[in-house]
Amino acid sequence: MALLRRPLLVLILIVTYQFLQLWIAVGSVIEEGQKQEEFYEELLLKPLPDRKVLTHFHFQSSAPPTSNGRHHHLFPKAISQLVQKFRVKEMELSFTQGRWNYESWGGFDSIPSSNAKPPGVELWAVFDVPQHLIDALWKNLTHTLSGLFCASINFLESSTAYSAPEWSFPPASGNLRYGTLPREAVCTENLTPWLKLLPCRDKAGISMLLDRPSIYRGFYHSQRLHLISTGSGSEGMDPGIILEQTLTVVLQPNSQRASLDRASEKHIQPSWSLSSIFGKQVSGKCVLAETSNVYLLLDRGLVAELKQLHEENEKSAEKVLTSENFRTNPCFELSAKPDRIFIEESSLLSKNSSVLYKFKVEKYSEFEPFDLGLTWKIPVVWLCRQAPLHASRFLMGSGNERGAIAISLKSTQSSESFMGANSDDERCELRVDVFQVVPWYVKVYFHSLQVFVDQQPKAVSDIIEKIHVSPSKDKVSPGVMELVLKLPCSVSSAALTIEFDKGFLHIDEYPPDANQGFDIPSAIVSFPNFHASMVFLENDSLNKSPLLSKFQEKSHVMSYTEVLLVPLTTPDFSMPYNVITITCTVFALYFGSLLNALRRRVAEEERFLKDKAAKKTGRLPLLLSKLSAKLRGRHSEPPHSPPGPASSSFINSKLVLKVILVAGVAACWQHYFL
Amino acid sequence: MEKLKKKFGSFSFWNWVIASIIFRLILIYFPKNLNLPSRPEVSTPLTSFRRLAEGYWLKQSSMSPYAGQPNHLLYSLVSVIGDVVSAMLIRATGQNLQLAYFRTLDSLDLVKQIEGSEVHSSGDVAALIYLCNPFTIVACVGLSTSPIENMAVILCLYGACSRLIPLAAFGWVIATHLSLYPAILIIPVHHFFQPPRKLFLQRHQQKGVLNQSKLPPGFSWRPIIHFAFWALVWSVYVLVLCGISLKQFGGLWEMFKSTYGFILTVEDLSPNIGVLWYFFAEVFEFFRNFFLIVFHVNILFIILPLAIRLHHRPCYLAFVYVAVCSMLKSYPSVGDSALYSGLLGWFVNELSDMQFSLFLFCGYVGVSLLSPVMHNLWIWRGTGNANFYFATATVYACLQIVLVVEGVSAMLNHDRKLRSLIAGKPQDAKS
Repeated sequence: MALLRRPLLVLILIVTYQFLQLWIAVGSVIEEGQKQEEFYEELLLKPLPDRKVLTHFHFQSSAPPTSNGRHHHLFPKAISQLVQKFRVKEMELSFTQGRWNYESWGGFDSIPSSNAKPPGVELWAVFDVPQHLIDALWKNLTHTLSGLFCASINFLESSTAYSAPEWSFPPASGNLRYGTLPREAVCTENLTPWLKLLPCRDKAGISMLLDRPSIYRGFYHSQRLHLISTGSGSEGMDPGIILEQTLTVVLQPNSQRASLDRASEKHIQPSWSLSSIFGKQVSGKCVLAETSNVYLLLDRGLVAELKQLHEENEKSAEKVLTSENFRTNPCFELSAKPDRIFIEESSLLSKNSSVLYKFKVEKYSEFEPFDLGLTWKIPVVWLCRQAPLHASRFLMGSGNERGAIAISLKSTQSSESFMGANSDDERCELRVDVFQVVPWYVKVYFHSLQVFVDQQPKAVSDIIEKIHVSPSKDKVSPGVMELVLKLPCSVSSAALTIEFDKGFLHIDEYPPDANQGFDIPSAIVSFPNFHASMVFLENDSLNKSPLLSKFQEKSHVMSYTEVLLVPLTTPDFSMPYNVITITCTVFALYFGSLLNALRRRVAEEERFLKDKAAKKTGRLPLLLSKLSAKLRGRHSEPPHSPPGPASSSFINSKLVLKVILVAGVAACWQHYFL
Repeated sequence: MEKLKKKFGSFSFWNWVIASIIFRLILIYFPKNLNLPSRPEVSTPLTSFRRLAEGYWLKQSSMSPYAGQPNHLLYSLVSVIGDVVSAMLIRATGQNLQLAYFRTLDSLDLVKQIEGSEVHSSGDVAALIYLCNPFTIVACVGLSTSPIENMAVILCLYGACSRLIPLAAFGWVIATHLSLYPAILIIPVHHFFQPPRKLFLQRHQQKGVLNQSKLPPGFSWRPIIHFAFWALVWSVYVLVLCGISLKQFGGLWEMFKSTYGFILTVEDLSPNIGVLWYFFAEVFEFFRNFFLIVFHVNILFIILPLAIRLHHRPCYLAFVYVAVCSMLKSYPSVGDSALYSGLLGWFVNELSDMQFSLFLFCGYVGVSLLSPVMHNLWIWRGTGNANFYFATATVYACLQIVLVVEGVSAMLNHDRKLRSLIAGKPQDAKS
């Protein structure tokens, strides 16, 4: 039997193998005709002025528009289903812990503009459906996302939690919904589902670096998911989706070794390597990725500083930074040789340009892992480019009854030179868009808006070019304020204040830790006149890199303000029964005593009424019994008949009447109310 | 009668009026120091000036004024004038009332019995109480809209009392439009138009002759139809005006929803001197509708017994209704108690033997001193909690209850006394 079976088995195996091969070949032929699903992984490293390192992971998966069902090779199925089901045109979800330090980490480049997010969860989505369907879709979307990312995004479902900005939020569109949860705690349970969307998870490629303890040790951690669906024009075609997942972490390199080595030079920047900040190394690329690159970005300010140092040391140092010979660079040392160097196209306004080193991970393998290290040789101090105005927000007033929100805009030093170019023009104006959402229990009085420019109060109409306000409705919708400010370029500080009353909530509406206070979500301050883009020379090779093409996109400079914590008055949470009983007692006292006063009679009145009543009581039952007798069709009994049967018949008729009455009332109730 | 009226010199009356106006103006001159507009006792969500300004601002920027918190648009800074006009109307009404009172006594041949006791000119007293009441002053200076609302109510009563039916209808419509609760004043206003049948009957019974031709008609429909017509005219007028001004913001339906709906479904839970805000902040959500019905029915259910018992005194009936409303309304403010305490002045003579008047007075003083203290402790210092403030609100409600109950029983006793005098029994009817 065994001998007989074995050839059969082999035969079956061979046939199956052949068939599989054929099938795969056919499949690949089909796919050759269309665009492939693609995946890119990239990592950007950037030293920050305050001895920290910015690491920015960028993963992009794209699915072309297809018509052949719902099968995907690389693209996460959950996301494509979500896009199809909720008709999402564009969506961004971010989980953030910590606050982006605009002053020392910069606020102008495209990384802070698009990746610095408010603490907690921020979600916005643009839908491709008519207006009246959007809210229902948004609710379903929040529930789906909350299931997908193990977060309480479903709290954004209620209409008090989200808003529909009209024009101040950058992807301005009427179909946009925006919501934030400032208090959402972000942890690994949110990162794991996010990593599951990557084809290689964190098992291979750059994502191997994502070591949980070192990421969550960071000063700032923002995990973002951005998707755009494109080309859903033709019927029956599934839309193409570009899914962009970024993780921005600011880490402090462990600088003990450096300080031990050169105790004399305290100001020297800490040296770091991938293995020292993440505790891991990259052993080759993710095989499914088209490209897998690591970039090191030296900021414009840093490059300028380095050049200056060179000029002091040796006059001829012009292109040292970009020279291939890195071992001899007097300022810093890279442990790996870059494959390519990009220099930013210097703009008209500043001669300096940032430098980008590219490292290809493909060349490295498990036996020769990639570990980029940067060792500083001399101390450097520089500043990152900042947004034209630094925005911060704070609360004014004391007590739990009312207060005021102030948004202050301060001119940053770096922008002064920038302004200088334009300040010849008399009518030079700086446009600032402010978008602010306030929850309904902070009852903002929009008429109390005041504007101060350089500490001088100004008329609101002079400064505010455009304003859109949708006032909050109790328990229905939050208040939204969208402003366009036109400030003179020479402004050094500006402030907006707006007063509010603190609302009083029902005890069920307070969170478990009611005395901690309530959060007012961050305001978004954007500068539409300024574009955060870095255009690099040698454009030909950039098309392949989504991260660099992202850099070249012209996006508004945006910054988020702080989240405000407003303490609200609390009622006594242990009192409901007492309050109910006391109030009801008061009402009973009112009703009872007033009624008593009205029906109280003095003695003589009572006697009079008794006489009257005595006369009446004789007549009424008689009449009734007559009536009942008539109803029964009998002769009316004489009044002197024996009382027994008469009274019984009377009672019976009364009972019947009562029953009929109750039944009638019940029928009416049934008919009208139920 | 002339002699009696002169007892209260008109000279001192005008002095007091001028003094109270000057006092108001002085207080208005120092608005920042007092910060009255933000006191919870003065400004409820319905009467707050801030909300009014916000609504006006929203309307100016072409948004629905009701899009935000509900508020009423009818307001001007003429609350002082409003107060004075109200006081004058109160005075005129009070004088009318007193004339009527004396005429009644005259017709019942009771003037001689009354003459012995001291008689005040009730119109002057009421007007002065209204003008010099600290509650009125605070409501006026605190930029609350309640002076205007009070004026509408008083206008309605004045019109009814002097049989100016269009004026009464106007006052009633405006007062109802502004704060909904004065709608129940329609019952006393109708009683005003009915002839005082009971007195005639009593008088003729006493004489033992029932002259059928002299008896006034029992129930005349004409003034009621007249009033209904005018009320309809005015309400159409008001609604058309509102409809025009709110045309682009969802029209009248939204206005009803966010004014009357806001009043009836106690949505705003910010503290005031009533008890309902705390009750609805604490009560379980699924009982909310039940209690809303119960509390409003409390007002409605007492209408009929009062109307039956006090139908021969429509003015007093109106006073009791106003007091009951200001006690049970969803967002009470001191402006409401200013109104009913002013109206109380009309009945100084009748209510001269009311019980607990000293206790009530002290209670009012105590509550109005303690309530700001408790509020401060709770909201500003954080050392007290909400129960402290709620306790003063409860005491205040109880005081009003005692006032209403005692007032009603004192008035009933007074009528009993009159009846016994008519019957020729000089003994006191009080049991």
